[in-house]
Amino acid sequence: MHELMNTAREALHLLVSLDPALWEIIGVSFRVSLTAILVALPPSLLIALLLARVAFPGRWFAISLVNTFMAVPTVVVGLVLFMLLSRSGPLGELRLLFTQRAMILGQILLAMPVLTAMLHSTLQSIDQRAWETARQLGAGWWQSLWVLIREARFGVIAAVLAAFGRIIAEVGSAVMIGGNIEHFTRTITTAIALETLKGEFAQGLALGLVLLLLALVLNVLLGVMRGRGHQTVSV
Amino acid sequence: MLTRRLSLFATLALSLLLVSGVQAADTVRLATTTSTYNSGLLDYLLPKFEEDHPYQIQVIPVGTGKALRLGRDGDVDLVLTHAPAAEKAFVDADYGVEPHGVMYNDFVIVGPSDDPAGIDGGDDATSAFAAVADQGATFISRGDDSGTDKKEKHLWAEAGVTPDFEGFRAAGQGMGEVLKMASELQGYTLTDRGTWLAMKDKLDLEIMVEGDTALFNPYQVILVNPERYDGLNTQGARALAEWLISDEGQDLIDAFRLNDKALFHASAGEKVDPTSAVHESD
Repeated sequence: MHELMNTAREALHLLVSLDPALWEIIGVSFRVSLTAILVALPPSLLIALLLARVAFPGRWFAISLVNTFMAVPTVVVGLVLFMLLSRSGPLGELRLLFTQRAMILGQILLAMPVLTAMLHSTLQSIDQRAWETARQLGAGWWQSLWVLIREARFGVIAAVLAAFGRIIAEVGSAVMIGGNIEHFTRTITTAIALETLKGEFAQGLALGLVLLLLALVLNVLLGVMRGRGHQTVSV
Repeated sequence: MLTRRLSLFATLALSLLLVSGVQAADTVRLATTTSTYNSGLLDYLLPKFEEDHPYQIQVIPVGTGKALRLGRDGDVDLVLTHAPAAEKAFVDADYGVEPHGVMYNDFVIVGPSDDPAGIDGGDDATSAFAAVADQGATFISRGDDSGTDKKEKHLWAEAGVTPDFEGFRAAGQGMGEVLKMASELQGYTLTDRGTWLAMKDKLDLEIMVEGDTALFNPYQVILVNPERYDGLNTQGARALAEWLISDEGQDLIDAFRLNDKALFHASAGEKVDPTSAVHESD
């Protein structure tokens, strides 16, 4: 118990003293996950729109597929990307393995199903008349799209928060294709795994606190969005 | 049919007992390094011990840093590690008792066949490290405070190099992962020979430097101090430690082969000196 208190005190000290090694790791995590979300959002929005607004054969199957991808374990994404990006794999020439770009790629793959599924249900629940009214008032396709997204803005933000919460907290693909390389691909989660292996718990605990705090902030924001956008989601 | 069912039931009950974390009196927990476990040495030795002794050994393979931490926290009954200076500190602080040298193995420096640092065929680990740093070549470091990592840090210090050159990458992962990474990035790394032999067929790397006495690596077995924690299985731990340094255990260690190569050299009775061939930098 004494040991535990000491570790906790040390962890808090690392956080408030702005320990550079600690904040570098936090920086890598945020850079990678924010980039992944930004890249993943436009295609997810388009796919969600297609699924919600266009009746095409096999639509129900496509929706099931998106929901299935949400359940793919992060280590499986890591394994598949590792095989593709390995020197012996088909994309080995790109030399992407063990870089931040590879991690971003992995997180895009993890974020897209969550984004698409949540955006799809948001867009579906929006009043059909918003789109039709816009069209009848003479708005073009893109303008009407903008009206629709504005109408769905709280749902969109909720989807982004939920997907961000998923990818910044994942460790499976980050460690497999990032490699946990100090100063380059070491993120909050891979560092926690490492510090535990080293038997040094303080830095791991400090980083864990950052993740907890982030989860709290995301959930509070989600709660606010839920109140305004009638969404029921959580991270 | 009935016996089958009974044995199935017994297996189920036993596994339930194990997952529920109940430590039976005849269970001994051994924290050891990934090198002894991944090489298959323990899978080869422990069943022979268990045949003649009423104990079951649960192996927890981790880095040396974590293994000693588990010992210090009383989470295991004994440790088998390879970091003499850290082990000396462990014993001096009364976390562990009855240290015994068990065996040696050695490290090798491996790298890509195009050898950008030009170290292939050398027998001086220190100058090879200096050459790698000079060239700014890619070098993958364990960076996880394991015995191998401590060894590597010591070699950098001997070479008079601060490892922050162009190609230096600290991975913070196990030996297998680091070898895979070195192969993918075509870089150099320091590895224990066991993991190297077990994995080399899957790697695009070659041995560059071997045989330097600075690359030797002694293992010690240490009991966790029974005065610090209640409920340790010190009797079982001592039985295992004594068996490892007995003639039977030592002969078995010498007879162990991986890919037809001897890996560990029994050395019970030889004193492990933290200031001799293998030093530590921390």
